[in-house]
Amino acid sequence: MNAAPLLAVDGLSKAFQGLVANRDIGFTVHHGEIVGLIGPNGAGKTTLFNCLAGFHQPTAGHIAFEGRDITGTTPERAAALGIARTFQIVRVFHSMTALENVMVGAMLRNKGVAHARSRALEELEFVGLGHRAEALASEMTVSEQKRLEVARALATDPKLILLDEVMAGLNQTEVREASQLVVRIQERGIASIIVEHVMEGIMPIADRILVLDYGAKIADGTPEQIAEDPAVIAAYLGE
Amino acid sequence: MTTIHLPKTVGALALLGFALLLPLVIQDPARQNFLILILMGAQLGVAWNIIGGYAGQVSLGHAVFYGIGAYTSTMLSLKLGLSPWLGMLAGGVVASAFSVAMGWPCFRLKGHYFAMATIAVAEIVQVLVTNSETLEGAVGLSLPMGNTGVAAMVFSTSKLPYYYIILGLLVVTVLASWAIERSHIGYYFRAIKDEPEAARALGVSLTRYKLVAIAVSSFFTAMGGSFYAQKEMFIDPGSVLATGVSIKIALIAILGGVGTLLGPVLGAGILITIEEYSRVLFGSTGSGTDMIIYALMIILVAVYSPAGVMGLLHELRRRIPSLRAKAEVRA
Ligand SMILES: Nc1ncnc2c1ncn2[C@@H]1O[C@H](COP(=O)(O)OP(=O)(O)OP(=O)(O)O)[C@@H](O)[C@H]1O
Ligand SMILES: [Mg+2]
Repeated sequence: MNAAPLLAVDGLSKAFQGLVANRDIGFTVHHGEIVGLIGPNGAGKTTLFNCLAGFHQPTAGHIAFEGRDITGTTPERAAALGIARTFQIVRVFHSMTALENVMVGAMLRNKGVAHARSRALEELEFVGLGHRAEALASEMTVSEQKRLEVARALATDPKLILLDEVMAGLNQTEVREASQLVVRIQERGIASIIVEHVMEGIMPIADRILVLDYGAKIADGTPEQIAEDPAVIAAYLGE
Repeated sequence: MTTIHLPKTVGALALLGFALLLPLVIQDPARQNFLILILMGAQLGVAWNIIGGYAGQVSLGHAVFYGIGAYTSTMLSLKLGLSPWLGMLAGGVVASAFSVAMGWPCFRLKGHYFAMATIAVAEIVQVLVTNSETLEGAVGLSLPMGNTGVAAMVFSTSKLPYYYIILGLLVVTVLASWAIERSHIGYYFRAIKDEPEAARALGVSLTRYKLVAIAVSSFFTAMGGSFYAQKEMFIDPGSVLATGVSIKIALIAILGGVGTLLGPVLGAGILITIEEYSRVLFGSTGSGTDMIIYALMIILVAVYSPAGVMGLLHELRRRIPSLRAKAEVRA
């Protein structure tokens, strides 16, 4: 692992008219790392993603990506720098085919349509949607749409991918497949932060787990350490 | 998909051939004029479709670009004796510049608010022009009948040259729209229309691409305005800057099918035909009946086919195989 972290977050806070959704959060992510981000509903996980990906302006704190300060950047700049994301509530381009959805992602690095098409096919194959390339995104199942969002994000050639509950609503086999997909993403050298409520999907593959509760980080450690952490157990039992 | 579809190319060329020959068969000047009106409407619909259809930013103020085109070429011709061919390009450039200045703040507004802002801008410009002495206010501007011919783009003996000029302009506008549709810009427009936030997450700058859309759209709309001025030899705020013009332009595209290459052409054929026949039926030249017709068309499209006539045709094509299958089962 490189000494300099890929992502360094320091004292990050985000408030919505008084409601503090993220409170003084600090952590780092190294190149190629898989980091789980867990916490009860409303803990501030999605808000944190929105801050990292430039969708929200943090109220306080700093975000550095590859040593560069990117606090308060725009989503399009974050994408260009190599931060890709999926959405908790899927946002596929519904009037476009699966292939066209992913092509839009691929066009970030190369505007050529033919190039985008072949890149998109690669990523669709990678997430196991090769056979659905010509399907209209609106006619796909939610679980397919979630994978489509992953393919679309990967097509932007990111260094860090933020996955927001891509395993929600999947059956056991599908959860295992999704975990394997994250590992294969790691093998490509791409770091990931995964927000997940499905513990069996994330615990076996994560290098590290961050736990949020009421907007604050309450634990940061290996899956084993987290499973035994009294504060984490209290947060989950207290739900 | 990368290669040009042969049947489509053949179809397009056949359509063009048909359009080229049509006025040679239909020689009645009134009928030829009617065909010209359809082509004018089609050209405007195709231009509007770039921003309103593909990029999904509904403008109800396109008369402002139409008017800028008409007034720019006419003023340049009257004051500087500039050829309307160049005046047309100048009008396009002025309209593009204006659209970017207008789009910058307006694109911060979403959905209906953007549409309302475009109405407001067009209204303001209409009032300004109506009160402008330089532009002869409500009286309007007349082009002199002096020199006729191709260079002056004025033809007194036959409608035919106007027909071919507007057909050429329509073809150019369709080709521009087609080139956009096939390039990354077309993909970005559709992405912005479907899910703007997701498009941003993939690195698409909403402002930049919406500005591209409105700049191109307004350029061609203005060229249509210049053509109108040359054809009518007279413009006033009521004919080129009125709200009705904006609504008609948008409606042509919406009726035919937004975000499709030739939907607006179909829409123009239908709308202009209905307009002309109603004029014969009700003997009205005022905008009152026009507005009623527009309102009826909007309701019909909204209720029965939000994707316009192209959407209906598409649906029909999808259903025909299954209908055939059913018939075979019964047989
Ligand atoms: N745009 C917003 N405006 C106002 N409040 C918001 C906004 N986004 C999130 N919040 C609030 O911030 C808090 C954290 O929400 P967030 O979506 O980040 O939680 P989460 O951990 O992702 O929850 P879940 O597991 O349910 O997805 C919640 O109380 C939520 O209501
Ligand atoms: Mg969430």
